[in-house]
Amino acid sequence: MSFLKSLLVYLCLLPALAAPVAAQSEPETLRPLINELAKGKYAETAQQIEALVATGDPAVAPALEALGAGNLYYRKSDGAVFITQKAGKSFALTDPLTLETAGEAGKREVKKIKVNNKLRRVVRAALGSLTLMAPDPEVRKSAAVAMFKARNPDGIEALDTALAVETDDGVRLIMEQARAAAVLNSSFDEADKLDAVKTLSDKGDREALSLLLGVQQSSDGAVRDAATSAVAKIEKSVAAWDTAQNVWYGLSLGSVLLLAAIGLAITFGVMGVINMAHGEMVMIGAYTTFVVQELIRTSAPGLFEYSLFIALPLAFLVAGLIGIGIERGVIRWLYGRPLETLLATWGISLILQQAVRSIFGPTNREVGNPDWMSGAFDLGQMTITYNRMWIIVFALLVFAGLMLVLKKTPFGLYTRAVTQNRRMAASMGIRTPWIDALTFGLGSGIAGIAGVALSQIDNVSPNLGQGYIIDSFMVVVFGGVGNLWGTLVGAMTLGVVNKFLEPYAGAVLGKIFVLVFIILFIQKRPRGLFALKGRAVEA
Amino acid sequence: MMSSFLFRAMDARAGIFLAILGAAIILVPAGNLLVPENSPFHVPTYAVTLMGKYLTYALLALAVDLVWGYCGILSLGHAAFFALGGYAMGMYLMRQIGTRGVYGDPVLPDFMVFLNWQELPWYWLGFDMFWFTALMILLVPGALAFVFGWFAFRSRVTGVYLSIITQALTYALLLAFFRNDMGFGGNNGLTDFKDILGFDIQADTTRAGLFAASGLALAVCFLICRSVTRSKLGKVLVAVRDAESRTRFLGYRVEHYKLFVWTLSAMMAGIAGALYVPQVGIINPGEFAPANSIEVVIWVAVGGRGTLVGAVLGAVLVNFAKTWFTAALPDIWLFALGGLFVVVTLFLPKGIVGTVSSGWTALRQRKVSSDYEQGSDGPPSAPPQSPSAPANIMTPEPATDFSGSAKPQPAE
Repeated sequence: MSFLKSLLVYLCLLPALAAPVAAQSEPETLRPLINELAKGKYAETAQQIEALVATGDPAVAPALEALGAGNLYYRKSDGAVFITQKAGKSFALTDPLTLETAGEAGKREVKKIKVNNKLRRVVRAALGSLTLMAPDPEVRKSAAVAMFKARNPDGIEALDTALAVETDDGVRLIMEQARAAAVLNSSFDEADKLDAVKTLSDKGDREALSLLLGVQQSSDGAVRDAATSAVAKIEKSVAAWDTAQNVWYGLSLGSVLLLAAIGLAITFGVMGVINMAHGEMVMIGAYTTFVVQELIRTSAPGLFEYSLFIALPLAFLVAGLIGIGIERGVIRWLYGRPLETLLATWGISLILQQAVRSIFGPTNREVGNPDWMSGAFDLGQMTITYNRMWIIVFALLVFAGLMLVLKKTPFGLYTRAVTQNRRMAASMGIRTPWIDALTFGLGSGIAGIAGVALSQIDNVSPNLGQGYIIDSFMVVVFGGVGNLWGTLVGAMTLGVVNKFLEPYAGAVLGKIFVLVFIILFIQKRPRGLFALKGRAVEA
Repeated sequence: MMSSFLFRAMDARAGIFLAILGAAIILVPAGNLLVPENSPFHVPTYAVTLMGKYLTYALLALAVDLVWGYCGILSLGHAAFFALGGYAMGMYLMRQIGTRGVYGDPVLPDFMVFLNWQELPWYWLGFDMFWFTALMILLVPGALAFVFGWFAFRSRVTGVYLSIITQALTYALLLAFFRNDMGFGGNNGLTDFKDILGFDIQADTTRAGLFAASGLALAVCFLICRSVTRSKLGKVLVAVRDAESRTRFLGYRVEHYKLFVWTLSAMMAGIAGALYVPQVGIINPGEFAPANSIEVVIWVAVGGRGTLVGAVLGAVLVNFAKTWFTAALPDIWLFALGGLFVVVTLFLPKGIVGTVSSGWTALRQRKVSSDYEQGSDGPPSAPPQSPSAPANIMTPEPATDFSGSAKPQPAE
């Protein structure tokens, strides 16, 4: 039991110790106060504890914890207080404030500071209020969360005290929930428990659900009925949140597909060129990120947080230039022969893969995540990781940017003109071969910046591109060739459908179903969701 | 009937091809089994197996050439039919292992015992009989091709779209066969075969026999392809390839022709896979990889599409180069293969056989016309015939006017 208690105390303390604390005092001002603990009788010790709590400094918590567990000793020679641990015949000493080891002491050199049950209760309350009443709301919040998880009825007192003075509504709510959880685990009477069930039912997430399921099992009468109805209510809301989470995962997958496919939508959709080396452009973008990060690591480590922003234009340039080279060198001889273009670009993709393998080696390369890309936050009951969120944002930005370029710039105007009627565009003085090369370069460059984003969530290896090429073609064909909106809708639809199939069919089978679905879909609408109408179809 | 079939299939080129193939079928096993080992003419067993493997690849290339070269359907999923035929044969070979497996179960293959399966899944029943297996080798790829083609051709999915969904088909099968629950051994596939039709699969005689069987299958399928392509049906196929809409307007049910030749081609690919598996001793889902299917297409392109002989030649040449490169310069192979794709499509669009035979035709025409100019006695011989149906290879046009060229546009 005492172990459990100290665990509880420790759980409350962990966040307190980890979090930056406002009221941090110098160890030297606290030390005399702690050393006071060794003097006097129980009642005086209790007063000393109050005095320590009054400092509001979490640094005193380890000492109090040790006191409660009976591990706090003082040295007879100078009255200094230490946390001790039995080591053979002597005690290992730990400084109660700095938590550094402070040598050893023989059995006779130190003496235990005695505690009784009353004092232990004082210690517990003190520890609870130290964190629950800490000046920093974040500390209070994490203490309350820890107490919710511990569900220890002994914590109720401390929670009540803290609730009486709590001003922050968010923290107050968590404290109330923690209290409710503890009440359900205690021997309180029915009315209190019914209130607690209601509090938890308002909380309405998975934690509350598992708690209430336990209550449903162990209790009877009115509490049980209340728990049953609360469980039903929570299950409903959890299911709704699950759906929302699935949609989010689907959108996240969809944005990855969109990034991979959007460059293809230009080369395949707008220009009618089947570029099987498209995946390799994505891979080159990812490797550009790797090279940029390596350079930063060796020469300017401070820039690491901005590495992705540096990599973006570079990846666009590298992939775009390679794309222009491919167009000028190979593809321009093959216009009007789509199947031959397919084979030639497949050959190029093999060459690029092997080139990257020769230069960087066949193994995965490490691309680091900057701080703002790692971590996660909670939205309601969904967990949202930052890298997925930024990739969705980035995919949409790229899409919007591309739309702007195609609709609002002279280059976009020329591209659309050449796409719609090549001879007429040429007659109007547009240099169609250059527009071809630049459009192909644009598509490849966008694949390159997609590679920067994908390097954050996927393994950077020479085979990176191959994994995306079939999916990208599926997206473009599904959405409708020659239509960027179709690509957007296609990518998001396929992403969401895929994620909704996964729980029922498993990841692999889900993917197979999606492929079969697309194969069947193309039978029904051979030109995709948003088919071009009119004469452009036959071009 | 049979004689007219043969008559139609034969001409000088087919004769030369069959003679070479026949000589190989006889000489290679003989060189392996009859010639003593220290003789310079001895063919080592590994070489027999290797050449047998090339012949099955050649058969696969032949199947692709039939649909791509003559009907214009670029399949990027023929490895699927190849692998399905291979799996059918692999299932038969697994059932032949019997109690000699690691777990010694008389009925269940090792991997099923390992996965704690209690009884054989229904689709494994019957594969202990060779005639049933042989039937399945034809029917499974054929049925898949029929269903897939029926949907695809009926809704007029053509060109690049068809290529992409054939790729999706083989990719979906790849993912499916990787699953252990499918009951095909997951990513390890089927292997550790013992014997085929009662003969030890490792024995030299069996290896030689398999080589000869592959050669015979190639010869028979070659004759079938020749007779199909040189018949009236073949003419319609070429018409579909060159101007699909026009053929439809002339009253031909284009999708029926396509479906027939597509299913036939898939069956041939299945036979190739079935002969491939006992020779390499393993079949696993890697055979479904889309990259394999695309590689087959380049064999055909190297040899010359729409020539049949070219497909066989291309498959053997490219695979020989692959064997040599991957042993001698493994890093160079993908550069070489990739370069081959680019070079062949840019500079050799008719492939080796196509280029050589058109060069040959040009030479003969020049000779005929120079004879004529010199006023040689007698009328000039009949104008030279162009050999069979060369693929519809357009010469590369400048990029500036590709949409305005005079080629027939599909106009639906």
